[in-house]
Amino acid sequence: MSVVAVSDVSLRFGARVLFEDLSFQLDEGDFVAVLGPNGAGKTSLVRILLGLQEPTSGRVRVDGIEPARCRSRVGYVPQQRAFDRDLALRGRDLVRLGLDGHRFGIGRADWGPIDDALRAVGAAEYADAPVGRLSGGEQQRLRIAQALVCKPRLLLVDEPLLSLDLASQRVVVELLDAHRRAARTPIVFVTHDVNPVMPYVDRVLYLTGGAWAIGPVDEVMTSETLSALYGTEVDVLRVRDRLVVVGTPDDEHHHH
Amino acid sequence: MFTQLLHEHFVHNALLAGAVVSIVSGAVGTFVIARGLAFAVHAISELGFTGAAGALVLGVDPVLGMMSGSLLVGAVLGVLSLRGSERDSAIGSFLAFGLGVGVLLLSLYQGYATEATNLLFGSIVGVDDAQVLALVLVAVVVCASLIAIYRPLLFSSVDPEVAAARGVPVRLLSVAIFLLLALTTAEAIQVVGVLLVLTLVITPAAAAQRLSPRPGTALLVGIAIALISTEGGILLSLAQPWPASFFISAISFAFYLTARLLPKPLMRARSSAGEL
Repeated sequence: MSVVAVSDVSLRFGARVLFEDLSFQLDEGDFVAVLGPNGAGKTSLVRILLGLQEPTSGRVRVDGIEPARCRSRVGYVPQQRAFDRDLALRGRDLVRLGLDGHRFGIGRADWGPIDDALRAVGAAEYADAPVGRLSGGEQQRLRIAQALVCKPRLLLVDEPLLSLDLASQRVVVELLDAHRRAARTPIVFVTHDVNPVMPYVDRVLYLTGGAWAIGPVDEVMTSETLSALYGTEVDVLRVRDRLVVVGTPDDEHHHH
Repeated sequence: MFTQLLHEHFVHNALLAGAVVSIVSGAVGTFVIARGLAFAVHAISELGFTGAAGALVLGVDPVLGMMSGSLLVGAVLGVLSLRGSERDSAIGSFLAFGLGVGVLLLSLYQGYATEATNLLFGSIVGVDDAQVLALVLVAVVVCASLIAIYRPLLFSSVDPEVAAARGVPVRLLSVAIFLLLALTTAEAIQVVGVLLVLTLVITPAAAAQRLSPRPGTALLVGIAIALISTEGGILLSLAQPWPASFFISAISFAFYLTARLLPKPLMRARSSAGEL
């Protein structure tokens, strides 16, 4: 059985169509990048998979049930944002919230799985430091530990590389990739830039706000496919081992 | 003279009221700091003053008016659940108009001006048995609520995006913390007055954030600082006839300054960690 089943899902806000009849499935161990310009519905798709956004029509199942009932089995990694420098919260407290932060009461921490998750991402040595004093890369490692600590059936990752340097970007992607290979947890990875994840992903879901395409990188990331999606002439160029997309209506996103 | 005062019933009442208010202020303050709501505390407290002024004009108990004013503003701010600069400008606008109404109401009030002064600057030594009982009851409600929603409240305060993804009712908790804050503010006003609420709700928790990196410990340290400030301030005001509010604000500020000036010992945990 597939972990994620999206069938004929449409999302409209008034007259604005984000996607129509979107269908795809994710099996164990799949790694899919969700690409597309700003406002094309990448984050809305994540919200639908979390059950935070009701699609206009269509059916979504995560692990066989409605997404809203499956949240405790889905790991979510957001984009890096600065914590207050003085915030009384250690790295391990942030990870703990991913385990029992949704439960009522004060509760006792179950540090065993938390320490396992911290070790798995190589964050054990700064687990007792306040999160506000850590670098962006260190914080994102903790984020991954926070998402993994509940032993998720699915990982949803929304622009986790923004504002990270290249070395940290590679660490984050490699950690996620290693986990999906070991634990077979499928990953939905939202990004505006395919290059950092290109060597790892099995498929790309490209959304342009209305049209969409899904398939292996070398089938979707072509001048032909993207031109058809955008309805205008778009060129996909290979420069050394990077892909550069030229001619999209919001060209600036590909100049990072 | 001082030891004699310590046997007086009104002093016991003051110390008990002070303790109760310190506990809720220190605890709620921790979440106020984590959510960056210092300005909202100020607004809720000043509009508590408007409520109290309205009650004086109507001839009702000003504490009741104050409670209604704070709760109303707290509920409105909680439901709006604004963020960042939009929130600050909304709060500023509410606050300014509310205070304007308060000024009008006070000018309509024919009674003693001391009532108003007490509201603005506090009158801890004036609390009677019934008021102490009311303070205790409200504090029990606030503390029980905080314990019940502690983890999701912490989650939604420090990490709202992931909390929402995990199914934590972020919006509902925003309303809840504003209502708890309104109750806490109404309590603190009775001890230190409208203008000095921040000295109990913000200062102790802010100092505590710098003294411990553990969320639970920081909360308890915040309560301890609020307790020491309030009880110390009340006792000092018995020995030296200056207002208790002054002493309370001075002690809590001393804690804050010390916490800021201390080198952060908790950064030791970081020293061994290599840069990523």
